[in-house]
Amino acid sequence: MADPIEESAAAQATAVAQEDPNKLTNAKILARLQELFGAETFTDVEEPYGLLTATTTRERIHEIIQTLAGEQDLKMHFLTTMCGVHFPESEGKELSMVYHLHSLVNNVRLRLKIFFPIADPVVPTLTDVYATANWMEREAYDFYGIIFQGHPNLIRILNVEDMDYHPMRREYPLEDGTREDKTDLFFGR
Amino acid sequence: MNVPMLNDFSQELTTLNLGPTHPATHGIFQNILQMDGERIVSGVPTIGYIHRAFEKIAERRPFYQITPLTDRMNYCSSPINNMGWHMTVEKLLGVTVPKRAQYMRVIMMELARIADHLVCNGILGVDTGAFTGFLYVFEERENIYEIYEEVCGSRLTTNMGRVGGMERDFSDVAIQKLRTWLKRFPDVMREFEKLFNRNRIFMDRTIDVGGITAEKALNYGFTGPNLRATGVDYDVRVMNPYSSYDDFDFEIPVGTKGDTYDRYLVRNAEIWQSLRIIEQALENLPEGPFHADAPHYYLPPKQAVYKNMEALIYHFKIIMGEIEAPVGEVYHSVEGGNGELGFYLISDGGRTPYRLHFRRPCFIYYQAYPEMVVGQSLSDAILTLSSMNVIAGELDA
Repeated sequence: MADPIEESAAAQATAVAQEDPNKLTNAKILARLQELFGAETFTDVEEPYGLLTATTTRERIHEIIQTLAGEQDLKMHFLTTMCGVHFPESEGKELSMVYHLHSLVNNVRLRLKIFFPIADPVVPTLTDVYATANWMEREAYDFYGIIFQGHPNLIRILNVEDMDYHPMRREYPLEDGTREDKTDLFFGR
Repeated sequence: MNVPMLNDFSQELTTLNLGPTHPATHGIFQNILQMDGERIVSGVPTIGYIHRAFEKIAERRPFYQITPLTDRMNYCSSPINNMGWHMTVEKLLGVTVPKRAQYMRVIMMELARIADHLVCNGILGVDTGAFTGFLYVFEERENIYEIYEEVCGSRLTTNMGRVGGMERDFSDVAIQKLRTWLKRFPDVMREFEKLFNRNRIFMDRTIDVGGITAEKALNYGFTGPNLRATGVDYDVRVMNPYSSYDDFDFEIPVGTKGDTYDRYLVRNAEIWQSLRIIEQALENLPEGPFHADAPHYYLPPKQAVYKNMEALIYHFKIIMGEIEAPVGEVYHSVEGGNGELGFYLISDGGRTPYRLHFRRPCFIYYQAYPEMVVGQSLSDAILTLSSMNVIAGELDA
């Protein structure tokens, strides 16, 4: 598969055309990912607004990100951000972690997602791969109660220590739920 | 022999609370430092003192009303935060902004970047004991705020722009103020650089202080001037151009060692590049509308609301938050004052975001601070902190 691409590049041999075969497209990234980790690892592959998005499992996520950090073809060695999301309606997949990876060399981004039940909110830590994951994981723990196995210092970061709930979950409304003067009844029909 | 055990005495460590409210920390964050005499052995940063739950509040607010949340994050360069958020929503809605509005945005964002860097470098001078430079540049920041005031009506929390373009066109006075400022600022900037760049005391205090290698900086997720000071030329404006940044001719200044002096130089060099961008944008400011033709999303001008039924209806619908966004998820990032400011927005098709996550550059790189100051003296730690430009509002959000 690599041969026709190299041949066409050699045939054109212009400065403009030289960039194109090396440029990573989303299709190429996905092909490489599936080659590395197996096609069944990634589900729900989409490209919302041009950013390659794939869902994987929490059993594989650490291995995938660790491999990508040192991988020479994709060079996905920058963890832009990660955050938790809560979907109370989806049974067995209430919590989610979203990872944004970035290849500074190839200038492509990749979004990976994992879903897991709220009854068992344990995911592996990434602090051994990226130092920057430390506080992001503490933030996700603070707000969503996601427990990162192997994290060196998993304590609350922005909220006070003696809180006994995780405030960004959807069951905690922003305002006092018993107030009636601020009803949503006539708002946004 | 009854010799006192001096060895044990010398190894006793002092715990020092640097912060939460110390004048030298320029914000509310605490560092619990273990000191061996004057040398820092280890440090634990504690944050969250001005946490205001912006991400939670955003889940209850229509897209318009999130703008005031964003300009309270990095309050040294609010317009960049505003425009970044507007561009995120525009990406979600699929609104194309006309060229004139894009150039106007570029001018305001670069002004904000200059103001941000001026404050950072000026205060770095104050921390070494040189108050003069700070006074010089703070006057220029005031002049930039005068331009903000002329463009949008407020100075610090600007709330500038709208989804779909700018709130109003540049007035003649605004253009005049901008031109006057562009004429006088380079002289002040040159004087400021003359004061510090080759200043013996300043160089002694900043060279090889608080350095970090490029590899570590990437591992810690550094972006912006702090990363560029280590020699990595990553700039969102060049890598993923937004708002017609690819129309302008400018360079990315980089440092070599990533120490405090490099960060200072990179910020100064960026101010000159920003000036270049502003001059080009002002010179080539295209004619045409200053907002997109998107009545469902762009708030109509107040005069039209009084006289035009259609405008009144759209005004009502937008203010009451009845516009519904399409289902989707967007990540958009801009080059903020101190790094890649990203917005991750999940929309479930409702009036408010389902989830909004801010990638605040300060939050991400501040965790490297203890590692950068270990082995150095307390006065070096103060300089490292102010040269990193950690903004408490952005750190805690």
